[in-house]
Order: sequence, then C-alpha cells, then structure tokens
Amino acid sequence: MARIDVNHIRHSYLPNPRKDSDFALKEVHHTFEDGGAYALLGPSGCGKTTLLNIISGLLHPSHGQLLFNGRDITNLSTQERNIAQVFQFPVIYDTMTVYENLAFPLRNRRVPEADVDRKVRETLDMIDLASLAKKKARGLTADQKQKISLGRGLVRSDVNAILFDEPLTVIDPHMKWVLRSQLKHLHRRFGYTMVYVTHDQTEALTFADRVVVMYDGEIVQIGTPAELFERPRHTFVGYFIGSPGMNVLPVALEGRTAKLGAQRIELPGVPKAEASAVELGIRPEYVRLGREGMAVQVSKIEDVGRHKVVRANLEGKEIAAVIGEDDEVPAEPKVRFDPAGINIYADSWRVEMGA
Amino acid sequence: MDKTWNNKAWFLVLPVLVLVAFSAVIPLMTVVNYSVQDTFGNNVFFWAGTEWFEELLHSDRFWEAMVRNLIFSFIILAIEVPLGIFIALNMPKKGWGVPVCLVLMALPLLVPWNVVGTIWQVFGRNDIGLLGYYINALGIDYNYVQDPFDAWVTVIVMDVWHWTSLVVLLCYAGLVSIPDAFYQAAKIDGASRWAVFRYIQLPKMQRVLLIAVLLRFMDSFMIYTEPFVVTGGGPGNSTTFLSIDLVKTALGQFDLGPAAAMSLVYFLIILLLSWVFYTVMTNYDAER
Repeated sequence: MARIDVNHIRHSYLPNPRKDSDFALKEVHHTFEDGGAYALLGPSGCGKTTLLNIISGLLHPSHGQLLFNGRDITNLSTQERNIAQVFQFPVIYDTMTVYENLAFPLRNRRVPEADVDRKVRETLDMIDLASLAKKKARGLTADQKQKISLGRGLVRSDVNAILFDEPLTVIDPHMKWVLRSQLKHLHRRFGYTMVYVTHDQTEALTFADRVVVMYDGEIVQIGTPAELFERPRHTFVGYFIGSPGMNVLPVALEGRTAKLGAQRIELPGVPKAEASAVELGIRPEYVRLGREGMAVQVSKIEDVGRHKVVRANLEGKEIAAVIGEDDEVPAEPKVRFDPAGINIYADSWRVEMGA
Repeated sequence: MDKTWNNKAWFLVLPVLVLVAFSAVIPLMTVVNYSVQDTFGNNVFFWAGTEWFEELLHSDRFWEAMVRNLIFSFIILAIEVPLGIFIALNMPKKGWGVPVCLVLMALPLLVPWNVVGTIWQVFGRNDIGLLGYYINALGIDYNYVQDPFDAWVTVIVMDVWHWTSLVVLLCYAGLVSIPDAFYQAAKIDGASRWAVFRYIQLPKMQRVLLIAVLLRFMDSFMIYTEPFVVTGGGPGNSTTFLSIDLVKTALGQFDLGPAAAMSLVYFLIILLLSWVFYTVMTNYDAER
C-alpha cells in the first residue's frame, strides 16, 4: 500500500502542446492518502482515465512528478510500480481457464505455487466464480469475464494501489451493487489504496470516502459525499451531483440580499463576491414549495417513486424542487429557498459568506 | 396438415446452378469421362474401367512426385508461417511506416507467377544472375540447373519470397485488431514479451493463421508455374511436383486417360488434406 502524490501533473496527447486547451489534464496536484478509497468522478472526456493511466504508468505525463510513499516513480514502468488496474471492458486471456487467468499476474511475478493457489481460490470465492474455475475463460458471459478482470486486479495483496476504470459498466445493476459492496468490504479489510474512476455519481458516492470531481482536465472539488452535496465548490459539481442537479440562477447582490428579477432573496450571510457573473445555487431538496414566497408556474411534475420532482418557472428561469411522495402542489404555488441550502457562486466558483 | 409446396425457389437458384455447372461440374465430369477410357486419337475412345487408377496407384513416378510435393509444402509452411508472424509482429502499428510496409509486403503478391519464375530463373543463373554469380564468387558452388539441392533451395527461397507476404498481411490484420486494453492489462499483470505473444497475440491471430496455413498449403501443393519456369522440374525429376508431372503426362505425352485419373486423385487428395487441416484446427479451437 502506498500514499500517492500527484505532483503538478499535466498531460497532453499532442506532441507540442501550446494552449491550455491542448492539455487533456490541465494541472492536477493531489495526494491520495495511504489506504484511502477515492472515486474520480466526472463526465466523459474530463481526464479521469488519463489521470488513472498516469498513476499506473501506462501513460507518461508531459509535466510533473508522481510519488509513491515519497519516492519519485515518474519514470518507472508499469511493472515496476506494482499496481493493479481493472479496465472498463473485460480483458481476459482467452486460451486460459478462469483459474489460470487469476493466477497469471502472480505466476508472472514468480509467486510460489502454493501461495498462488491460496490467493486464487480466495479471490474466486470473492467474485463468486469458484464453480467455473476450470472452465475456459472465452466461453463466459460479459459480466463473468469482467469479474475475471476484477479478480485479476484483486488477486495480488502486495500492490501499491488498485485502480478501477469504470469497472462495472458491463455488469447488470443487481450484480453491480453486490460487487461494489464487495470492493468496499475488501477495502475495509485490507486497507488497499483504491482509486475508482466513474461517471456514475451513485457509484462514486457509495464507494468512496472521498470523491474527487474532475471537469475539463482539472480537479474542481475533493470532498466527502456530504460535502459535495451541501457545498459544491463549483457550479459544475452542483449540476453533476444530485438528481436532479442543483438549480443555478443568475442574481445580482446587494448586501445580504440577492436579486433575481423582481424577487429578493435573503442570504444567510454577506457574500464576498466581486465578480461580474454571480449565481445563486440551491439544491432542489432545499426548495420549499408552498403558499408563501416567490410565485412560480409549475410546468411538469415527475414522480420518481420515493419523491416527486416539480419543474417550475421562476422569473423566467427553470427551477426544480423536490417534494414528498404524498405532498400536493398548491393551486397558487410559491417557493421559498431554505437559507441552509443557499450557495453563492462568482464566475462559477463558490464564495464564502461572512456573517 | 398440408404443407405448402412452393417450387419457385428452384427457379431462383437456377442461375447459380447453371453457372456452377459450366464452371465446375461439367469440366470435372469430362475429366471423369476421360479417366475411365483410352484413346488413340481421332476421338475414338475405348472403355478402360479402373485401369488408369490402378496403374497410377502403382506408379513410382506418381508417388515420388507426391512425396516431393509434401516435403515442399511442409518446408515452405515451416518457413513462411513463423517468418510471417515474426515480420507482422515487427511491423509498425501506426505512422508513416504502415503504408510503406504494407505496399512493400504486397508487391511480391502482385507479380504474375510466371514473371516470378522468370525473375528467379535469371536471378539465380551463375553466368548473368546477380544472386548466382555472387554466390559462386564467394566460393560456394551453386548451380540450380545441375544440382538437385541447389534447385530445391532456389525453388523454396523463391516461394518464400513470393508468398510470405500473404502470411504477414493476414497476421498483421489479426494483430491490429487487438484492442490496446489487452496490452495494458498485460503490463499491469507483469507479463513478459513472450507471455504477451503466447497468451494475447497468438490466440487472437489463430483464425487468420488457420486461413493462412490452408491457403499456403493448397497453393504450394498445386504449385506449377514458378518451379516450371525456373527448373522445368529438373535436374532430372528432382523438382517435378505433382502438377508438373500431371502436365507432362497430359500434354507432353498426351496420355489423356492416365492424366485424367491423376487429376481426380490429385483433386481428392487436396480436398482431403484441406478438410483434415480445417477439422483439426477448428476442433482445437472449439476445445479450448
């Protein structure tokens, strides 16, 4: 296990990057603590996989350094880094049996055969493939194959870190949940440093202690699931996490109040914002729908099971509100914003509010 | 319950049947016809029954040609398949080198067979041929016209030059279809270069290799033009392969009956061997 320091790493797939936009990874500076379970969350193309491949050594960064436990390993090969990585789509060795597939990473490292057998059997039980151990891997279904890939990532106990690159994409929902809990369980038991790339917020929030949200080649926020939910540092995090995402409304500031068209919204504090583009962010869970407050026109009500999502129009802006499954929408609906859920953004970045 | 019979389908496949009849069945049947008869010319035929087949199966000349041909096929497969794989593995996967290599590889395949023969016939001559002259200048006695061993070497090298490209191109196609993730996973798993070849590249090339072996086997077993142009089957009969022998019988001696019998046996052998190859390799495939 190791602490991984990503030291001002930049990466471009172009030979001579000039502009900032030439970089797939703009600048990442972050420490993955020893034994932490991290999720790298972000939309497709935000640089998550690039960062992961740089950590595992499949890619050499254009700039910056990578340290394992304080030792510079930027120029070491993947093999020398002793990392496990699971890919998005199943990679199996066709001609081998399930057992041999799992034994492969161990045998390549000349682990004594008795240990190989013990580790492989343990892993087979964990991924629930013990009954197929002697079968040729090529005849299996996609999710069984992916479990083999996962197993190959978990079979070595001495790795510095285990990296997952959207490993559950091809697994069906029920099994996804089971495997994710297995991973979580493993993490608690062995204290592996795990980095889990995903674009699925549920996956990220349930797997990780700390979620690293990436956007456009940069880390925009690192935090616990609760922090990401309550205090998104960037409007992107607000949109991206939560279902539906945060309401972001352009406002004008005036001391402790924010003006949205003709409406005035009381803020919990005085925002220290000097930027031109100021926005107010509020999660639909903090929008109270009732008979008091600002008048809205309801356009749509979506019943998603446990609760309802109300889509409405406030001063020409679309907003969403979450109400209970049994709550009714009043005849003349009005909304209030719970001050606890209000965040102010200047140029898309969150600003603190003074008392 | 009555089944609806619709014979219109026969009408629709008729064109294909006619085409196959004219291109394959009818010519083959004329050969069958010749094989059971004897003729002294003037289109007068006598019934000969299985006489030609019996004669053929007891003919040393036929068996010798067959053994020569099998040895030849075995040698060129043993050289071209590993060499083809080796070259394909070392070809660039991207960049300007790809089209250059592909064109270079395809060139020998585009040369007409008798031209290939002529090229090597001249190339190997020890009076004016670049190769023959310089090999002799190095003090090695090389003369494919008189020495059976030299003739064999020349014919084999020529075939390797002409056809290894086919194996290369097929293997290359198999190789480039392997997703990057496999190589990445192999790195993560600490696989050696050999393990990558053995467990990733070779299994992925298996299907194209099957085709390559089949094609090369059939072609080399039917080889005629190139050795005929270079050695004419000589010196003596040392490079007389089955098809050269067949043509000598049919056209050189104008023995239509024996030649027809030989053609049929030849045809059946190729069919049989190809079937064996195919079955063995696909079974092997299914088993795993």
